[in-house]
Amino acid sequence: MSKRIDVSDLNVYYGDFRAVEDVNITLDAKSVTAFIGPSGCGKSTFLRTLNRMHEVIPGARVEGKVLLDGDNLYGDGVDPVQVRSQIGMVFQRPNPFPTMSIRDNVLAGVKLNSRRISRSDADDLVEGSLRGANLWNEVKDRLEKPGSGLSGGQQQRLCIARAIAVAPDVILMDEPCSALDPISTLAIEDLINELKDEYTVVIVTHNMQQAARVSDKTAFFNIAGTGKPGKLIEFAETATIFNNPSEKSTEDYVSGRFG
Amino acid sequence: MVTLMTERKRSALTRGRLPKYTPHVIAVSAVVVAAALMSLVGFNIFGWAVLSAVLFATANVVSTALVEGRRKATDKLATSVVAGAFLVALLPLVSVIWTVLVNGVPGLLTPGFLNTSMNGVTGAVDNASVENGTPVLGGAYHALVGSVLITLWATIISVPVGLLTAIYLVEYGARNRFSKIITFLVDVMTGIPSIVAGLFAAAFFAMILGPGTKTGFVAAVALSVLMIPVVVRSSEEMLKIVPNELREASYALGVRKWRTIIKVVIPTAISGIASGVTLAIARVIGETAPLLVTAGFATTINMNVFSGWMASLPTLIYTQIMTPTSPSNSDPSTQRAWAAALLLIILVMLLNLGARLVARIFAPKTGR
Amino acid sequence: MFSGAALGAGALIVAVLFAVALFLVVQALPTFGAPAADITGGRGFFSYIFPIVIGTLIAATIALLIATPVGVAVALFTSHYAPRKLARGLGYVVDLLAAIPSVVYGAWGASYLASQLKGPYQWLADNLGWIPLFGGPASGTGKTILTAGIVLAVMVLPIIASLTREIFLQAPMLHQEAALALGATRWEMIRMAVLPFARGGIISAVMLGLGRALGETMAVALVLSSGPLIASLIRSGNQTIAAEIALDFPEAFGLRMHELIAAGLVLFLITLAVNMVARWIINRHSEFSGAN
Repeated sequence: MSKRIDVSDLNVYYGDFRAVEDVNITLDAKSVTAFIGPSGCGKSTFLRTLNRMHEVIPGARVEGKVLLDGDNLYGDGVDPVQVRSQIGMVFQRPNPFPTMSIRDNVLAGVKLNSRRISRSDADDLVEGSLRGANLWNEVKDRLEKPGSGLSGGQQQRLCIARAIAVAPDVILMDEPCSALDPISTLAIEDLINELKDEYTVVIVTHNMQQAARVSDKTAFFNIAGTGKPGKLIEFAETATIFNNPSEKSTEDYVSGRFG
Repeated sequence: MVTLMTERKRSALTRGRLPKYTPHVIAVSAVVVAAALMSLVGFNIFGWAVLSAVLFATANVVSTALVEGRRKATDKLATSVVAGAFLVALLPLVSVIWTVLVNGVPGLLTPGFLNTSMNGVTGAVDNASVENGTPVLGGAYHALVGSVLITLWATIISVPVGLLTAIYLVEYGARNRFSKIITFLVDVMTGIPSIVAGLFAAAFFAMILGPGTKTGFVAAVALSVLMIPVVVRSSEEMLKIVPNELREASYALGVRKWRTIIKVVIPTAISGIASGVTLAIARVIGETAPLLVTAGFATTINMNVFSGWMASLPTLIYTQIMTPTSPSNSDPSTQRAWAAALLLIILVMLLNLGARLVARIFAPKTGR
Repeated sequence: MFSGAALGAGALIVAVLFAVALFLVVQALPTFGAPAADITGGRGFFSYIFPIVIGTLIAATIALLIATPVGVAVALFTSHYAPRKLARGLGYVVDLLAAIPSVVYGAWGASYLASQLKGPYQWLADNLGWIPLFGGPASGTGKTILTAGIVLAVMVLPIIASLTREIFLQAPMLHQEAALALGATRWEMIRMAVLPFARGGIISAVMLGLGRALGETMAVALVLSSGPLIASLIRSGNQTIAAEIALDFPEAFGLRMHELIAAGLVLFLITLAVNMVARWIINRHSEFSGAN
């Protein structure tokens, strides 16, 4: 399953401070969209509003609409819990549950919904998810070991396996490689390329080469100065953004002149 | 150009969800039903509130279980239990404060309560005041004086010892073996039951000054045993958060270590230390058990902590309740006990408030 | 000079603690040398101390059975449920419970709570009297070990609540977010990412609360109408070490005084053991927690 996301007139506030201003964007199903921009431009904040994870941050609130195949995430009576089970998230720092084994980590989300899952179904799901995250061969012999014993890159792939095990429509990734070494980064990038066959993938990255390598479309966010809200400056095919941007500030950023 | 998809009227995300107003409807009906049920068995506000809350929680969880499923129902059940537990925890607090206020205010407002002692107040005096309906005689002045003096002496002993120990642990000890032993023993001392601290002081002075030595100073020593670990702990925390850069900057100017500590480290941490000491005072001023075994029960004003029995607010409360001055008419004693309790609570609250103020006043001035 | 004073203060603490132990032992010794017939009860020190040790444990157990679930729930409420703006103020309210002097709790328990509980105790005796714990006839004053235990619970509650609240607040955000992002409800998030992390902390908070409950004097001395050891919680009877000392020490002399000091020594050793276990758990736990 894979769904598209339409965002219209979205503003994000921290208390009285407007952090992100007037975003309109459409994220296609079965594609990878990258968000790039300098630090503090609101790209991570915006990503969090796509599955209502910003609500964890004190004082954060949203105005506007985010439609998941036409259903408004911020509609009356919508439960954030249900939103998050359809739109998964992978974080900057790998965060497998330290008290659970690798196997239990993969099943953590699934067990929430169906308490009774047969042993063989669970085994299949664990294998499928870990294969989907390109981790199966590395961990198949130690599924009962704690997830915290893996390397950083393996932990991050375990988190991706955990996210895809609940069969979401969309996977959000918040700088998933920023805490990883180059080889692990490459493994994750390969994985992202495969994931887009089945999922809508949105990735925030600091690394422009990474955006160029993995994404179909790229959105460039920027701020006019400190204390000003972040804005979506330009959104287009990745090739266009990097080779032939229409905005001056996009060109400055992708060519490395600032940020 | 991509066209924006329009919002669906019936969102798939709200399917199988209770309408938003459901909890309000349940709350109102719970209150009404509870009122109806209570009127059958005899109405009282407390029972009504409890029954309403229980009905609300039950109906809320059951309706959620029926419509939204097990997971949401479990979540709501947990919320109800956690919030309910908090309300239950508030009950004794409200009840204690209410009881003390209702019973203590009349006694506290009786003329002379704050400036007379129990000297000469006998059972006959109490009997007379009950029979003639005259105001209750006798007061807590001697106990107030005793409490203040004993606590003062405990502070005089504890603060230097506690603060110096904290300085040793943070500035000199540097995690050596001895400082680890001290830290461990301070932890152990924190756990000493207050009655044992009292016994220690009593046993100690019984050995050097003869059995039955009971003075304000013995009580102050007992309280110090309880107070020192609290002072060490809070001062240690405060000294630890003084940034090392400040110390190094001072050393770089050629200032000796002990002057650095006195001129730089302690002034930076003074707000936290002072509020920690105030909280420690608030803790020991209400201690009763150690005073029972060390200071005796005096009914007269005693300004000398080194000789003679000394009264204190906690022991006054205790004796007035356990052994009323007039066994046949215990009301005057009860009234004095509650008035003393109210006075003690006010004192403790003022000290707690004082600790907050001290922390704010002495806090290092920052740019913002 | 100055460093010497600091060292001296540290040494003084060591000396004081040794002195506490030493004086208690020295003053308690005559008890053990005395003929069994001279000890209160007439059958030696063990027969004397055993019932009040058990009484102390009963009161502390009741206190913990009530205070642990309520305290943990209160901590969760202030750390994860209450609106953030309120949470701080509510934390102060819980701390206020700890600020009220124990003698006031005792007075409240004796004069208000005990009389309120007479009815429920009668009901328990009538309906559940076949359970030894609720064996009748119920106390006419309500001044029973159960009432004392409830008052103790109120006094221990803020300790457990404030310690566990700190632990809950330290639970790593990283894992809480991971749980939420998987579509966990708030309760499921707490079970996945907060409680497993806090387990050691909760246990040690309960142990510290136990230390307090064992040594707390006034609540029991004022509330309990004491007597010999009995199984029923709703009749007057039982006694705790601390209350026994507080009630009898002021008038004690000679062997009786040594006897009470020996009882104090026993109490000291019990609380010492409990606190050391609690600290050990905290220290062991602190290596796993924190930022790593």
